[in-house]
Amino acid sequence: MNTLNPAVEAFETSIADVDRANVKVDVKNLDFFYGKTRSLKGVSIPFARNKATALIGPSGCGKSTLLRTLNRMYALYPGQRAEGEIILDGENILGSGVDLAKLRARVGMVFQKPTPFPMSIYDNVAFGVRLYENLSKADMDARIEEALTKAALWNEVKDNLKGSGLGLSGGQQQRLCVARGVAVRPEVLLLDEPTSALDPISSAKLEETVMQLKADYTIVIVTHNLGQAARVSDYTGFMYLGELVEFGPTDELFTRPATQRTSDYITGRFG
Amino acid sequence: MSAAKLVRRRVSDIAFKIFCVGVTALALVALAAILWSLLAQGFGGLDLDVFTMSTPAAGSRGGLANAIVGSIEMCLLAMVIALTIGVLAGTWLAEYGGRSPYGAVVRFLNDVLLSAPSILVGLFVYELLVAPFHGFSGFAGAVALALLAVPVITRTTEDVLLLQSATLREAGVALGAPFSYVVRQIIWRSARGGLLTGALLAFARISGETAPLLFTALNNQFFNKPWFDLRQQTANLPVVIFNGALSAYDDLRRLAWAGALLIAVTVLAVTIVARIVAQEQKRS
Repeated sequence: MNTLNPAVEAFETSIADVDRANVKVDVKNLDFFYGKTRSLKGVSIPFARNKATALIGPSGCGKSTLLRTLNRMYALYPGQRAEGEIILDGENILGSGVDLAKLRARVGMVFQKPTPFPMSIYDNVAFGVRLYENLSKADMDARIEEALTKAALWNEVKDNLKGSGLGLSGGQQQRLCVARGVAVRPEVLLLDEPTSALDPISSAKLEETVMQLKADYTIVIVTHNLGQAARVSDYTGFMYLGELVEFGPTDELFTRPATQRTSDYITGRFG
Repeated sequence: MSAAKLVRRRVSDIAFKIFCVGVTALALVALAAILWSLLAQGFGGLDLDVFTMSTPAAGSRGGLANAIVGSIEMCLLAMVIALTIGVLAGTWLAEYGGRSPYGAVVRFLNDVLLSAPSILVGLFVYELLVAPFHGFSGFAGAVALALLAVPVITRTTEDVLLLQSATLREAGVALGAPFSYVVRQIIWRSARGGLLTGALLAFARISGETAPLLFTALNNQFFNKPWFDLRQQTANLPVVIFNGALSAYDDLRRLAWAGALLIAVTVLAVTIVARIVAQEQKRS
């Protein structure tokens, strides 16, 4: 272990057993490379159906990288590649025959910074839906309302659906992005530090949204905010220097961490 | 530090400032002189005839109507051609092949074209579209103007597309949209202010070009028949100005001044619109 950096002591790892039947996405022995730099080292982690799993760890530990393999977002950039297996409902999504557009329609993503498209609120939410479904006006209207309601934004924008998405506040823009993501009815929703650019009130609203979304989706959330991980997630994975150090039910990981390094991180000794 | 050194620094500081202000003033004076003579001489030549009558023979009544229409036709056709090529080439450079060796070659050649002498472009199109068909044509003129506009549009398109954030592209792709769809529906739309600015700047660049038209569209005393048929020699403002300015007749020279004023005012208006659009884009 750690032949690349002998200065770092060997990891002690703890992976709790999960209910195997309930695993939606199963990451097995995943390596990731940015060019020659290996930034994920043999990561194995299950993501449970209809649960939220938080990925925590200091900057550069690979948690966003892991998230970006789950919808193969990295494939946009030449020189980035993943090795290992990511099994989504029995199919290895790292396989060569995978239709990336369809995969991404099944695995939605919300980014760190709000990314509203330069179009109306309605068109923002309808954007992804129009790609794969041919809905009547009434059905589309219903879908838009459903998505905006799930993202806890409907009441604030229902009278202004034709207004520009760029005119909303930062917190509203981020919830618009959540609505846009859930409108296509994905199976998995990836959240990459979704509240790091938001004020505390908007953050609280978004967290509430995430908790409600668990009923319908498998959620993976990367966060720097330990309190947020504790509040919204059912399982937590702690990553450090490209490895998964510990994974288990959130309340256990936060109250009785199995490894010293996890304990040091969640008690604020480093990070 | 010695007092003498400090004084020397302050003196050189002031001297440099005076030099900068002086040189700027010189440039502004030259610009003002040009504008002043243009306004003073051009306004005198402007009357209703300018907009209603065609190029006169020396000593008779006439105007610039045919040249105005010809210029507008050729510029618009040139912009249609140049926007199609330029926006697609710029998009390719920004979104697809820009980092490949071929992309570097395309970018370099585009920069060379950007500063190519316009008379060479005129000669090139002469060889390509005038000599083989044994006749000058407005169509050849439009192609020559388009060749001048393409590098400007390619350059600005690449630049404004690269300004759009990577996460905006990722956000589109993350919804399951093919990359080309994201570029067309999101990135172009997001960059539309910058794209429009580039197009207007290219239009300003070509609207006053004379040299490429001398070898291609040449000139025409009359309206084309029918007026939109660019297969014939076509009247245009720059060449009418060129001929009028060299003419011995006062009325032709007055008409040339009026034409020059028209072009200057148009370019000014287009530049102002481009500025306003760019500001709007920054705000949204």
